[in-house]
Amino acid sequence: MSYFSDIYKGIKTLLTGMSVTGKYFLNSRKGAITQQYPDNRDSLKMFDRFRGEVVMPHDENNEHRCTGCQKCELACPNGSIEIIWDRKVDPETGKKKKMIEKHIYHLGMCTMCGLCIEACPTDAIKWAQNFENSVYDRSYLTRVLNKPGSRLKPGVEE
Amino acid sequence: METTTNNSNFKSEEYFINMGPQHPATHGVLRLLLTIDGEIIKKVEPDLGYIHRSIEKMCERDSYQQIVHLTDRMDYLSSHINNEAVCLTVENALQIEVPDRVKVIRTIIGELTRIASHCLWWGVMGMDVGALTTYFYGFRDREMINDIFEETCGARLTMNYNIPGGLMFDIHPNFVKRVKDFIAHFKTKLPEYDTLLTGNVIFQKRTKGVGILTKEDAISFGASGPVGRASGYSCDVRKHHPYSALDRVTFNEALKTEGDTFARYQVRIQEMWESLSIIEQLIDNIPEGDYKVATNAVIKLPKGEYYQKVETARGELGVYIISTGTKNPYRVKFRSPGFSNLSLLSHIAVGGKIGDLVATMATLDIVVPDIDR
Amino acid sequence: MNHISLSITKNIHNWLFSIMPEGAASITEMVLIALVYLAIFAVAGLYLVLLERKVAAWFQLRLGPNRVGFKGLLQTMADALKLVSKELTGTDRADKFLYNLAPYFVIISSLMALAVFPFTKEFQAFDINIGIFFLIAISSIGVIGILLGGWSSNNKFALIGAMRSGVQTISYELSVGLSLLTMVLITGSLQLSEIVEVQKNGWLIVQGHIPAVIAFMIYMIAGTAETNRAPFDMVEAESELGAGFHTEYSGMKFAYFFLAEFINMFIIASIATTIFFGGWLSPFGVTESIPVLGVFWFLGKTLLIVFLMMWFRWTFPRLRIDQLLTLEWKYLLPLNLLNIVLMALIVWLNLTIQF
Ligand code: SF4
Ligand code: SF4
Repeated sequence: MSYFSDIYKGIKTLLTGMSVTGKYFLNSRKGAITQQYPDNRDSLKMFDRFRGEVVMPHDENNEHRCTGCQKCELACPNGSIEIIWDRKVDPETGKKKKMIEKHIYHLGMCTMCGLCIEACPTDAIKWAQNFENSVYDRSYLTRVLNKPGSRLKPGVEE
Repeated sequence: METTTNNSNFKSEEYFINMGPQHPATHGVLRLLLTIDGEIIKKVEPDLGYIHRSIEKMCERDSYQQIVHLTDRMDYLSSHINNEAVCLTVENALQIEVPDRVKVIRTIIGELTRIASHCLWWGVMGMDVGALTTYFYGFRDREMINDIFEETCGARLTMNYNIPGGLMFDIHPNFVKRVKDFIAHFKTKLPEYDTLLTGNVIFQKRTKGVGILTKEDAISFGASGPVGRASGYSCDVRKHHPYSALDRVTFNEALKTEGDTFARYQVRIQEMWESLSIIEQLIDNIPEGDYKVATNAVIKLPKGEYYQKVETARGELGVYIISTGTKNPYRVKFRSPGFSNLSLLSHIAVGGKIGDLVATMATLDIVVPDIDR
Repeated sequence: MNHISLSITKNIHNWLFSIMPEGAASITEMVLIALVYLAIFAVAGLYLVLLERKVAAWFQLRLGPNRVGFKGLLQTMADALKLVSKELTGTDRADKFLYNLAPYFVIISSLMALAVFPFTKEFQAFDINIGIFFLIAISSIGVIGILLGGWSSNNKFALIGAMRSGVQTISYELSVGLSLLTMVLITGSLQLSEIVEVQKNGWLIVQGHIPAVIAFMIYMIAGTAETNRAPFDMVEAESELGAGFHTEYSGMKFAYFFLAEFINMFIIASIATTIFFGGWLSPFGVTESIPVLGVFWFLGKTLLIVFLMMWFRWTFPRLRIDQLLTLEWKYLLPLNLLNIVLMALIVWLNLTIQF
């Protein structure tokens, strides 16, 4: 007799399983979890902490906050940041001091660990939320973060 | 079961097939060399090293803060717990006491990571035994957790939220609400896992009595995590050596004694319930306080050897650091759960069918980067 | 009787016979019919693939194909086009002749089976008097193609898949045959048009009540196994064998296997419709006066059963090979034999329900 009760129980479990999928089938209109990605670009908003790429914000006077202290370069585990700096005469004070020429960031090597941003004492760099980072040529992934002609915002160093 | 006919007309011959490195059931680049007689498996030899990245060697080059993010890339499904392990080791070595807030947050996110990992495992387990729909249901629930992670940590998988001394930044204001939403959602979905797959007669037939691992073998092979616990080997690090905030919550260690594939399955399902209850106990009273304690910019561990183990979603992860007092470790060794769990495979899959091998592999829940490192 | 499509075929028939000698005319006619069937069912097969993908998506909280054409309606057409344009690869040291032959075996045998279905009254290509027998016979030829394909492609995964397929089809053939035989006890005929005729007094699943329902359940299980679909997709179990017997096929040859699977599914559903659910007969004879609508009823019932098979596929895990055989030999076969006796008793004692 256990032969028949096995069959009965077996069929019952199969039917309960089918009821689960059947329920989803009937609710498929609203239940779909698909995001139709390139179509929903406009409504797609990343979380504000999302780690897309490292950028250096500049204000309207083309001034940034990077002092060239190289802490980010040191903190980076895989050498994605290179800072080229020079000692130049500050036009205002007339003293020689360390200034960045180029803050080079290799997006292709970055593991998005966030250590550079943690390390920066002046909050000169931060995360951007863009995520469509693919390019056709590798060399585009090497970026110079400070804009040409930009300079250090006065008062950051103190 | 074994029928090797040896009369002169019919001779059964063993043959050899190569499962992997690119095979849907090996979950990554793992190669299994199978010796098969018909459908029955005679020998399994895992062949590793296809994605070896020498993380341990890279650690010797890096500073202690930098090591943390490398561990994301080992068992990427429990990245937060891996990070936590390294941070705990360093904190213990420096004898820093992290704030309560950090401990609680670490534990909550750790348990969320465990649930996310088990959700994915459940989906893939179903897929391996042929029920493709489970995959999407598992991912639906995991997606909510990933969103929580993304909002708080900025990344979905390789989070790198821990730093020695605490957390990189404070939790997002929405965190508590989102976690509560998730708990409410998941409590309705988890029973569905059971009705859809666990109870299914085909699934039970496929998994019960398959790939049996005895308690003695589990201990001697160094099995840990759900694999060990399904064989009755009480090995939950969270229970026996609680770390972070795990000493202030009550939960049951999911234990089974059958040791077969179905037991391993049940242990993981039960672990999801336990993790939910741990999160519930903590989420309402996250203590106020700092999210990190200040450490030196250059961390130098005192000369000596340090070991810390934690329970990842796959089992016991050990971090062993030898320091000579410089800013880099002299040697780092990770005791990864996947490696010793995989070593069981050649022991328990022999004598089963090809289908059994796949089901067994699925419940060992290996993550190949964790094995290869 | 004189509805439009039938009169067209009759007119063509008469016209052909008027301009040609009898032999040539019937050959031309056959070729014409074959071409029409081929065209219809190649397209129907493609749309079944699309249906499967859509249904699967709806079960799985997805949307399914929705880009190519209006709401994705041209997706599988585009896929077929892609497959046609793809390179035909092969393995080293494969048995080239058999390797190339295998897909044709599979697709031809499944297309041949289509010939005998009465889609509506008198709309049937080949009303043979041993209809069911012919169907069972022809549907087991497909497995030869699978065996050949798996064996000749010189790949161990494919070989395992093929061997599993052999075991599976031989076993489940039995259940399909026996469950249909149970129903033949009521109809007393193997001819499909005759069987549909009998059901004017109530569909066979109603006429034969309990044993008919059991026979239907057995038929559905065995039929799903015959088409090598989940939960019986041992043959191509992708998590075990990669793609199983058609691992080494590409391009159009792969498409033949793929299409054959879907046409087979349609055939299994059509048999179930014809034998259990009254074929093209409308429920309670509501549209009996308009025989063209029979096509609608036939397709409607068939698609419902196809949907049922898709539901199985997207819910259940796969069986293991030995459990597959246990299911057949320990459960389905004895039950089937019992069921035949039960049915015989019912027919003998005149306990069938007739309207
Ligand atoms: S995010 Fe990490 S890897 Fe990337 S540049 Fe910063 S420190 Fe380097
Ligand atoms: S970005 Fe920050 S850390 Fe890097 S050099 Fe500039 S100021 Fe220093």
